[in-house]
Amino acid sequence: MEAQLAALKQEVIQKITDAQSVKELQDVRVAYLGKKGPITDLLKGMGKLPAEERPKMGALVNEMRQEVTAVLDARSVELEQAAIDAQLANETIDVTLPGRTVQIGNHHPLTKVIEEIEDLFIGMGYEIAEGPEVEKDYYNFEALNLPKGHPARDMQDSFYISEELLLRTHTSPVQARTMEQKQGEPIRIICPGKVFRRDNDDATHSHQFMQIEGLVIGENIRMTDLKGTLDLLGKKMFGQDREIRLRPSFFPFTEPSVEMDISCFKCGGSGCSVCKGTGWIEILGAGMVHPDVLRMAGYDPEKVSGFAFGIGAERIAMLKYGVEDIRHFYTNDMRFIKQFERSEG
Amino acid sequence: MLVSLNWLADYVDLTDQQPAELAEKITRSGIEVDAIEVRSQDMKNVVIGHVVSKEKHPEADKLNICQVDVGTGELSQIVCGAPNVDAGQNVIVAVPGARLPGGFKIKKAKLRGQESNGMICSLQELGIEGKVVPKAFADGIFVLPADAPVGQDALEYLSLHDTVLELGLTPNRADAMSMLGVAYEVAAILQQSVKLPEITYASATETAQDALTLRVDALDANPLYIAKVIKDIKVGPSPQWLQNRLMAVGVRPHNNVVDVTNYVLMEYGQPLHAFDYDRLATKEIVVRMATEGEVITTLDDQERKLEATDLVITNGQEPVAVAGVMGGANSEVHDGTTTVVLESAYFTGSFIRQTSKRLGLRSDASARFEKGVDPNRVEAAAERAAQLLAELAGGTVLAGSVVVDELDKTPKKVVVSPDFINERLGMKISFDEMQHILTRLQFPFEVANGLFYIDAPTRRQDIVIPEDIVEEIARMYGYDRIPMTLPEGAHQAGGLTPYQAKRRLVRQTLEGAGLYQAVTYSLTSSEQAQRFALHEAPVTKLLMPMSEERSTLRQSLIPHLVEAASYNVARRVESVALYEVGSVFLDQGMDELPVEIEHVAGVVTGLWVDNAWQGEKKPVDFFVVKGIVEALAAKLGATLSYRQAKRDGLHPGRTADILFGEIVVGFIGQLHPTEQKRLDLKETYVFELNMQALITEVLPTISYTAVSRFPAITRDIALVVDRETPAETLESVIRASGGKLVTAIRLFDLYQGDKMAADKKSVAFSITYQDPERTLTDEEVVAAHEKVVAALAEQAGAELRG
Ligand SMILES: [Zn+2]
Repeated sequence: MEAQLAALKQEVIQKITDAQSVKELQDVRVAYLGKKGPITDLLKGMGKLPAEERPKMGALVNEMRQEVTAVLDARSVELEQAAIDAQLANETIDVTLPGRTVQIGNHHPLTKVIEEIEDLFIGMGYEIAEGPEVEKDYYNFEALNLPKGHPARDMQDSFYISEELLLRTHTSPVQARTMEQKQGEPIRIICPGKVFRRDNDDATHSHQFMQIEGLVIGENIRMTDLKGTLDLLGKKMFGQDREIRLRPSFFPFTEPSVEMDISCFKCGGSGCSVCKGTGWIEILGAGMVHPDVLRMAGYDPEKVSGFAFGIGAERIAMLKYGVEDIRHFYTNDMRFIKQFERSEG
Repeated sequence: MLVSLNWLADYVDLTDQQPAELAEKITRSGIEVDAIEVRSQDMKNVVIGHVVSKEKHPEADKLNICQVDVGTGELSQIVCGAPNVDAGQNVIVAVPGARLPGGFKIKKAKLRGQESNGMICSLQELGIEGKVVPKAFADGIFVLPADAPVGQDALEYLSLHDTVLELGLTPNRADAMSMLGVAYEVAAILQQSVKLPEITYASATETAQDALTLRVDALDANPLYIAKVIKDIKVGPSPQWLQNRLMAVGVRPHNNVVDVTNYVLMEYGQPLHAFDYDRLATKEIVVRMATEGEVITTLDDQERKLEATDLVITNGQEPVAVAGVMGGANSEVHDGTTTVVLESAYFTGSFIRQTSKRLGLRSDASARFEKGVDPNRVEAAAERAAQLLAELAGGTVLAGSVVVDELDKTPKKVVVSPDFINERLGMKISFDEMQHILTRLQFPFEVANGLFYIDAPTRRQDIVIPEDIVEEIARMYGYDRIPMTLPEGAHQAGGLTPYQAKRRLVRQTLEGAGLYQAVTYSLTSSEQAQRFALHEAPVTKLLMPMSEERSTLRQSLIPHLVEAASYNVARRVESVALYEVGSVFLDQGMDELPVEIEHVAGVVTGLWVDNAWQGEKKPVDFFVVKGIVEALAAKLGATLSYRQAKRDGLHPGRTADILFGEIVVGFIGQLHPTEQKRLDLKETYVFELNMQALITEVLPTISYTAVSRFPAITRDIALVVDRETPAETLESVIRASGGKLVTAIRLFDLYQGDKMAADKKSVAFSITYQDPERTLTDEEVVAAHEKVVAALAEQAGAELRG
């Protein structure tokens, strides 16, 4: 009987080891430990044994039963884990496949340039002033020291709508309007906007373009302030290691007038094709507000002074991003606009 | 303005000045040097030769075989194809080993079997522009004067060892439109003096007044007129040095009389004119305004009809010149001229500008008159020209001049304090330094009470106000030496206005929703201007458009956006999603500014969802665009409603007007299929909103509402309604009948098709009931829901779907 028991135990453990799935193992459990299994039979058959052997045999069978159950449970855990592993392996994905598209648009490069400049000056206490694209001759020219008949305001250069109205040729009329409104109060403004000139559209000319002007008026505004402000602007747009230089120039609405160059950001000043070998790139025009302009707007040039500057957004964007043809800004090719998606700096 | 440094050196010492460095100094102190032309380029071994003999080439009609003395002691045989080559001429010879512009090298060669030891050159072959080469030599070799030294360096003889600076002059610096003006500028920069030409000549005893009378009837237009009379003139070519100088500054030599007037024009900036005295016939000059319709044939053989605003020079009977613009053919100096009347005058700029513009005649002379010549150089220029005509054309100058002079020639007084200069600049330039700069500029001044009293030289008509002196001091002191500061004084907060901030929010929202920003033109064609216009108004047109395509201000942003979509699709970018923020223009009539309203618009075509490998592709539809508009409205806190609409250019069944309150503020729609087809576009959706109307309103601060702790109960409901019943109607019935308990309504299913009568559709809503204060009982929800169902049946004819 003991030998029979040992053989049975060996047989069961072999079956358990051979079981390759939870299902097979369950079958083994039912076959051997179930009510109709051989172990149950053994226990039932104990009645035939002499009474003194029964407790011993009973203990042996129970011991075996516990032992088999433990092996079976262990195998069950093992097989369940293997099943889970197999399932997860089966669920594996290729993580290098592209993600679901989240389409986020972006600013036009001209807006990018304009907002960058706006934000620089907002940080210095400037406000943003805007005005109409169609202007009165008075604000576009006369209030800026360009009386009728002045050679710099040739009918050929502007889009007139009537004798008195035209598409503004610069955003300076916004300055004139602001001065008129502020009635002698200090001013710090940036004036961005669309402007128009009678030019045929080609790689370097556009009948419509974006200008950003700045104006500061107050007591004791000096040319050193203009230079310091332009220096910040040049560095912000083209990098902290840029230098600026001013050259005398002429604009009817400023005196003295200057043109600002920045050291070439491509060659650093040694001369290249971007700077035409000079090491310097012309960026903008500026100057101290002409006393006639102050006077016309109701400011007393004896008491206050100011500076103004004007910059072309296209010119900045062309230089900064290496755009070779100004018309790209107005064709709105998605392949062009999408290139200005990411942040900089 | 072209400046020959060889010529400039007559007035300023340029010894040891490197042209490039000098150009840099000039640029840095105020006059931009646009270009530096080294006239000799890389040329070498170009000499003066003498053509001893000329024979026809035996095998080529157009070639000649010349024996040329190039100063080597033996003759060089040179084959020459120029039609004007001849024995006895002095010519320019590039000898073997010579280098000409463009790296062109001259070697010994055989031309059709004949040995040729070099090349006889035209001026063009030396890099001189054809338009300044004297006419006689424009199509052949250049013939040098008989006294040209054979064997010597021809470049030297032609003054080609020279550098020419091209100045880009701003309108205020008319003073630099003359060699003397540039000399003053350069002298100030280099801290030198200016050496003016010495004018001396012997006059005849006969006086100019004996020969000529003068009357000016238009003193406004001509306050100063000086005439000199020079007799015994022999018209002929100018000496080579003078021709060289004229060519260097871009002027073509003609004959000694014309060349002298041009030379003095360039030297003094004072235009001169020479009349043939005998052709004037009347011994009289009368300056007056033209009579309407008066006619003159100008030097270029064009008949010009004059107007009463044109100033003319007449001989008392008929016009002989359009003052300051062009001479008349009837009084032109010619080869046989012996007596010349030389005119040097001050013509008022505005008159000359008007006439030259109307006649389309812009010349070196008119350009200078327009800007205003130096009143104090008019006479000096006349004397200088008289001297040169005496020296170079054998003339005898009659004593004195015939003059009408009403011109104020006193310099402008500018009073400025050193403190003012330093305040404006923000610097501390010393009083001595300022005095020194004024002296360098040759601005006469006195100092009294600590102020500068400056007599602004009349050559510098741009110096009028104290600020002009500030600039002069600063530019001579050096802009590089100006330190950098930032404005002082009370700071304002700065920042965007609420409107500007919300405009940025519009951009961010639309970009977040997947649209890219476009910028298009405000000008469009008259045909496009009113398409898709939201507002009914007349259009604003340009007086003189450059093209019909850009003639009118737009009233909608959509035409250009659709154009951009079409541009992209034509280049195989098939999914386009663009928006633009820009103004539209509503005309208000003559001389009133049009009303400008800022709009936002968008265009979307192609695929909206494109997850290629998952096989998910969805073309854009109406509700994509509507969703974007709804998201934007939510961001802006604007409650919008939508109403089926018809608009030109849009799909009649897929267009909605957008209402803000009762006002139509925009629309969404599919581009009309015929329009899509014309532009080769797939389904394309557009929207346009009056952005200004949406963002001008000031919004209150957000006020938080507690999130309810009590459970929400959701009931679904499927309704069968007439197909025309708008979903919005059903929703508003639910909202109204459900009252406060209904906290959310979600349309989750729509069906119309086979399983339903053709005029019906099924719409399913999920309705959420909730009370913020307590838990609703089942009975309460059922009661509320039944009320909703009843209201739907009654007000919208809705049946519950079985
Ligand atoms: Zn460079």
